[in-house]
Amino acid sequence: MTSSNGTRLLSRNFALPGQANLDTALKRGAYEMLKRALKMKPEEVTTVVKASGLRGHGGAGFSAGMKWGFVPKDVFPRYVCVNADESEPGTCKDRLILEYDPHLLIEGALICAWAVQAERIYLYIRGEYFYPTRIVQRAIDEARAKGFVGENILGSGWSCHVHLGTGAGQYICGEETGLIESLEGKKGWPRLKPPFYPAAVGLWGKPTIVNNVETLAFVPRIIEIGAEKFLSYGTPKAGGPTLFSLSGSVNRPGVYELPTGVPLKTLIYDCGGGIKDGRRLKAVIPGGSSSHILTAEECENLKMDFESVTAAGSMLGSAAVMVIDEPVSIPRLMVWMTRFYAHESCGQCTPCREGTGWLLRLATRILEGRGRRRDLDDLYELAENIDGKTICALGQAVAWPTKSYITKFRREFEALIQE
Amino acid sequence: MDIPETLVRKSEEIFFSFPPERRESALVPLMFEAQRELGCITPDTERWIAETVGVSLVKVREVLTFYSMLRRERAGKYLIQFCHNISCCLAGAEDLQRHVEKKLGIKNGETTGDGLFTLRYVECLGGCSWAPMMLVNEMQYYQLTPEKLDRIIEGFRSGRPVPPDEPTPLLGNVGEKIAV
Repeated sequence: MTSSNGTRLLSRNFALPGQANLDTALKRGAYEMLKRALKMKPEEVTTVVKASGLRGHGGAGFSAGMKWGFVPKDVFPRYVCVNADESEPGTCKDRLILEYDPHLLIEGALICAWAVQAERIYLYIRGEYFYPTRIVQRAIDEARAKGFVGENILGSGWSCHVHLGTGAGQYICGEETGLIESLEGKKGWPRLKPPFYPAAVGLWGKPTIVNNVETLAFVPRIIEIGAEKFLSYGTPKAGGPTLFSLSGSVNRPGVYELPTGVPLKTLIYDCGGGIKDGRRLKAVIPGGSSSHILTAEECENLKMDFESVTAAGSMLGSAAVMVIDEPVSIPRLMVWMTRFYAHESCGQCTPCREGTGWLLRLATRILEGRGRRRDLDDLYELAENIDGKTICALGQAVAWPTKSYITKFRREFEALIQE
Repeated sequence: MDIPETLVRKSEEIFFSFPPERRESALVPLMFEAQRELGCITPDTERWIAETVGVSLVKVREVLTFYSMLRRERAGKYLIQFCHNISCCLAGAEDLQRHVEKKLGIKNGETTGDGLFTLRYVECLGGCSWAPMMLVNEMQYYQLTPEKLDRIIEGFRSGRPVPPDEPTPLLGNVGEKIAV
């Protein structure tokens, strides 16, 4: 049964007392998989991760093993950046890993660093995560004191240092090249591509693996159970479970670890206890606010894996499921959504910098009953003119939901326009 | 200007976490710590940061004005950052905003006359499953209701703060124990 706790792999120790403390975590096997990985050749580790089907859990869903394989030969030093910027609206699962099992994350990052032969790991945590940052800092210090981090790790002859990086309140720094710029002491403007992969040219121009917290926290489990078993917890194209952040109008919001590909209805009804106050489901935002909205009908037989959600016209993204019930007004949702992107646009590309502000102004005008008939077409056209015309994905992240709200709920907008 | 010894020590720790030739990388964490220590980043502090990092003043200003958590003016003793993103709004954040505005007698961006509270509406704080949420300085509070908000504000007023929701409560199946 998917809603039972037996499917949990990553989060199995969250509820056990003291898991954030090294001594307790060690009794439950923390860093045993690092020991095992250190006995493997680095490229063997990458091969196992590739075979496991592990995909990025930050939003893009790129194959983790493939990313690690992009590191060019003979270019040193190399770095690993842990993306703990978790700021895609709706997403709140990485914070639990940071708060409840930080050693699992550090172990995963170290195994990744071993696989790509990196000498430093930077854990970039968003500035608003004060409490999680304290827990992770303490965990790093503990791990360093016990020889899991630093010089000559566990007598292997390999050294790797782990440091904290600090965000200071900017969504764009979750974009991997924005994150790197921020770590270099700059404003977090995403980099022009090519070069396409930080794995080739990243932090200070050197090969850098940027992976999300959840992605790296799965790595010790892959070493533990093997690639084949891990793959069986997901779909053939996306191995392992996924942490779903469930929020909005459900009776039991929360973070659920379920096999990738679980039916959306299992998540909403069996796990989430259904819609609040017995109301009707109206729509779902399946993968963070940047994803296209899905109507209740479109959710009917939807499975929550990358390919299925893409086939349904949206994306799995960070698996942040926001549930919207019948009384919620979509034009109001449009204001909440566009307000976010207008605030977070970094200002580098004109279509996004100017466009997001206009989207918000038009959406607000319509919601307040001051809309004109052509505003709706202007909104759509504005989104069209942002989509695909910016350096980073923030442009499409606002364009896609905007277009989908208008297309699927046009009547609600028209009803607010008086003329 | 006089930089507190604690901040100087902290800055050394920050520099140590980057390769020696990459001092510029310390900018964001250093500003973050300076603000923590001094309340905000004044032009004097900017000059100190520029000197100690070894970058131009304009570079410091560029980075400082990019990040929304960094501020050039002091906030009230308690900075309330109240989330108004989708999940929090779906959970009634807008009604709560009206409640807190009335309770404090201030609007978004303002500070109470006694200098105790500054109110800021902010974007997603990553507490979506525990919505609505807010931060008061470095403390996280979840599942806000008018009553809980009143208790929290009264707690700060009386100098006996309501303990924050730390760690984040486990909701969902990640909170179920499995026998080991």
